[in-house]
Amino acid sequence: MDYIPIDYESLRLIWWALLGVLLIGFAIMGGMDLGIGTLLPAVARTDEERRVLINLMGPTWEGNQVWLILGGGAIFAAFPPLYAVSFSGFYLAMIVILLALILRPVGFKFRGKIADDRWRAVWDWALFIGGFVPALIFGVAMGNVLQGAPFDLDRTLRPSYQGSFLGLLGPFALVAGLVSVSMVVTLGASVIAKRTSGEIAERAARYGQWSGLAAIVLFALAGLWVAFGLEGYAITSQVATDAGSNPLAKAVTRQTGAWLVNYGVHPWTIAAPVLGFAGMALAVAGLRTGRDIVAILSSAVGIFGIVSTAGLSMFPFLLPSSHNPDASLTVWDASSSHLTLFVMLVATAFFMPIIIAYTSWVYKVMSGPVSGDSVSKNPNAY
Amino acid sequence: MIDQLVVDLSRLQFAATALYHFLFVPLTLGLSFMMAIMESTYVMSGREIWRKMTLFWGTLFGINFAMGVATGIVMEFQFGMNWSYYSHYVGDVFGAPLAIEGLMAFFLEATFIGLFFFGWNRLSKVGHLAVTWLVALGANFSALWILIANGWMQYPVGAVFNPDTMRMEITDFMAVVFNPVAQAKFVHTVSAGYVVGAVFVFGISALFALQGKHLELAKRSMVVAASFGLASALSVVVLGDESGYVATEHQKMKIAAIEAMYETEPAPAGLSLVAFPLGNGETFEIKVPWVLGIITTRSFDTELPGIEDLIEHADERIREGIGAYTALATLQDNPEDTEARQTIVESWDTLGYALLLKRYRDDIENATDAEIAMAAQDTVPDVWPLFWTFRLMVGIGFFFIAFFAFAFWKASRGTLLTHKWFLGTAVAVLPLPWLAAEAGWVIAEYGRQPWAIEGVLPTFYAASSLTVTDLVLSLTFYVTLYTVLAIIMVILMVKAIKAGPKDYAALLSGEPEVTEAEDARGARTVPAE
Ligand code: HDD
Ligand code: HEM
Ligand code: HEM
Repeated sequence: MDYIPIDYESLRLIWWALLGVLLIGFAIMGGMDLGIGTLLPAVARTDEERRVLINLMGPTWEGNQVWLILGGGAIFAAFPPLYAVSFSGFYLAMIVILLALILRPVGFKFRGKIADDRWRAVWDWALFIGGFVPALIFGVAMGNVLQGAPFDLDRTLRPSYQGSFLGLLGPFALVAGLVSVSMVVTLGASVIAKRTSGEIAERAARYGQWSGLAAIVLFALAGLWVAFGLEGYAITSQVATDAGSNPLAKAVTRQTGAWLVNYGVHPWTIAAPVLGFAGMALAVAGLRTGRDIVAILSSAVGIFGIVSTAGLSMFPFLLPSSHNPDASLTVWDASSSHLTLFVMLVATAFFMPIIIAYTSWVYKVMSGPVSGDSVSKNPNAY
Repeated sequence: MIDQLVVDLSRLQFAATALYHFLFVPLTLGLSFMMAIMESTYVMSGREIWRKMTLFWGTLFGINFAMGVATGIVMEFQFGMNWSYYSHYVGDVFGAPLAIEGLMAFFLEATFIGLFFFGWNRLSKVGHLAVTWLVALGANFSALWILIANGWMQYPVGAVFNPDTMRMEITDFMAVVFNPVAQAKFVHTVSAGYVVGAVFVFGISALFALQGKHLELAKRSMVVAASFGLASALSVVVLGDESGYVATEHQKMKIAAIEAMYETEPAPAGLSLVAFPLGNGETFEIKVPWVLGIITTRSFDTELPGIEDLIEHADERIREGIGAYTALATLQDNPEDTEARQTIVESWDTLGYALLLKRYRDDIENATDAEIAMAAQDTVPDVWPLFWTFRLMVGIGFFFIAFFAFAFWKASRGTLLTHKWFLGTAVAVLPLPWLAAEAGWVIAEYGRQPWAIEGVLPTFYAASSLTVTDLVLSLTFYVTLYTVLAIIMVILMVKAIKAGPKDYAALLSGEPEVTEAEDARGARTVPAE
């Protein structure tokens, strides 16, 4: 193909936005299940209650998780250097996430197959870990991305890494991790409140209000930290937004408050943090007053706002390097080639509407309350 | 320099996780289609027994599927984690089919699998049937795209090296998608999956028949498995042949190694049945004249090059490659140097050969003749493992044609259950198709060594800069976790097979059923599955 109808700079921008869509898609769709998994020990006290929660996720959790897998695939296809540097750089953290994610499919499938309390208790823990740990570590990873990761690139663009696993667990990163946990727990709690009844629904609504408040406080704390305590990054040289992707062709400095510059240049971006706070606040109010649908929608909006805040603050950075800031990966120099971005855009534009259509249909078919009674009537239930 | 131990451990880890993943994949591919066939019969005939069959095999399918997903998640992230230079170097090409796999296949499969299990009461018969077919379709699309990605590693078409970005970039997407190696691989691999599914259904049904249990289900399942199995076994062998044919054009070294063929043979080459090294380069072998030549080149008069000739060829390419590598260094110092740029445009396809020298020294422009000779020698994969795994796979392939032909013949005359020895055999051969499939991947991937991308990127050069500790931790962790889970999976499968099909009609209509296990433990509030 010689002629590509969209120019390189726009395609890079579109893909940056699409990546945001996919990650937010995962944070909401997958986050719902991670949140419910995290709440499992707290909200469900008996085997019947736990089965209700598990089967609430049962029919749809697999599709939800594909948002994550697709996110991984899309980073690989659209921003290969980001895929290469981040996943190898955060190696042990990734292993921990994978451990937790591996436990999920088998946890769902294996738990119900043997009616023994100890057996089931093991898988209940597996499902809790499978919810809480990824939620936490994804947030911690986001915190580290905001701080910059200690990597370097040599002349052949081979990444190397100076960090350690414990180095990832700095105080700011932990705050980011807790923001992530509390936001998905709020969403998960709202879904439980809506689709179950009795004690589980009440407990979930109570935990959801607390986690919603926690999300607000922690998000504010992280914001203050970014404004006054954390060094952001800024490009100081010219950047050719349509040149071949080579991260070594620019110069970058670090300064406190650099992550706030975009809000000054493009004031509309303030909408993102505003939605983050407003969404969570409304979710708390919804749970308080028993308006569960409002709580679900507004906590989803809150998640959208919080994740977008991180992305917008950093733009055009994808993964800054604290070790050699010039080697930082940005939207303009860490993308795929012009043709690949275009082909992938065509594929996404074709498949995404189809995916959304059938996913909505499946949710519609599976909608309605879940109770101990309905679970026991399905021979395939988990 | 690159730490060779890290490379070896990374390879071991990739091989272990991929081979684990492929224990579950083929059954998903095969069983999903057979369930769709059974459920179609249910919808057309309206007879409950066919739904019972769909649900029974579906239970086993679900247990296997969970492991397929659990091990698949690791695969998706592994390239970046363990092969970061690979991900940088070819991500522009390789990432695309992987992402399209997510868009086109994983979403389909994963969204409808939930409905398959939870939708029986909520969908019309035809609606549920459509869901089952979509799951099968999703699994097969997934195989298609991942094999397009893998086919490109064997035969990297439609892309060139870009010196400014230091990586391969797509120039012709259609060439990547319609890569002949990928197409042949796809057909061979999914057929292999169908064979696995057919042997599984047939073997377990045979066990039921031997025990005199669930005969209605067993008989019908065996008929489905026999016909599906015969078609698939034929397709695996005919199209395995296709796969060999394609490999000769692009991966001559692999074929020569599979055949332990040190010297170029005059056409048509014979296929060695067995061969043993006798030391000092001599081999003892028994040959079937001509067969190799025909399998691999489809003709009687094309010559197949031997390993020695191929090494010589590699030696030349490495020397040319040093020129390309030197030009690349010049260009990095001075991006305006048009002469260097021209050299790279003309000879980038030898660059990979020069990189083979990185094992021996960093400044490869100063490589000695001895080092070049060693690097050329490195292009030979280990001959003996390839030679034997290939024969294992092919032997199993021919065996299953005979097996299913017999089964089909007897099934069509309705006398299958009278041959007790055959039913016993069917149970005994259950592991064989898995063995063949694993052997196939070993041939395809081990035979590609030392390349991660054939002729473009050496495997050792593709690894991440991790530490030995990182890898020891992760490898131990994967092996332990996967093994524990696989054991649990087998226990649960055996339990489900022992329990046999349940009275789903009663269950689905809402009559709670108390299982034997629970009866024994006394009353509980929630009936378990
Ligand atoms: C020939 C077929 C084939 C091959 C070679 C592979 N896979 Fe696979 N994969 C499947 C066929 C498949 C499948 C049949 O579609 C699975 C197996 C069980 C399942 O749930 O879907 C699957 C599952 C599966 C999943 C989980 C999807 C989900 O959540 O539904 C991921 C992320 C991957 N695979 C990724 C990979 C990667 C990165 C591979 C290569 C390195 C790979 N697979 C090799
Ligand atoms: C699930 C099916 C697969 C199996 C069973 C399999 C098997 C193997 C084996 C045994 C090796 C080790 C070879 C060696 O190091 O000696 C290997 C290596 C490798 N395979 Fe595959 N493979 C599979 C699918 C794929 C696919 C689909 C891809 C690409 C999309 C792929 C990419 C690689 C890579 C990057 C290596 C590098 C490590 C190496 O070459 O040593 N594999 N694979
Ligand atoms: C006469 C029988 C067979 C022949 C001639 C044959 C031929 C081949 C060849 C030449 C390859 C290597 C392709 C490459 O280099 O990339 C291969 C790979 C493979 N084979 Fe076979 N095969 C046969 C039977 C089987 C059987 C029975 C199975 C499993 C049930 C099987 C499963 C595989 C798999 C999974 C691969 C790896 C994927 C691929 O490269 O296509 N094969 N086969």
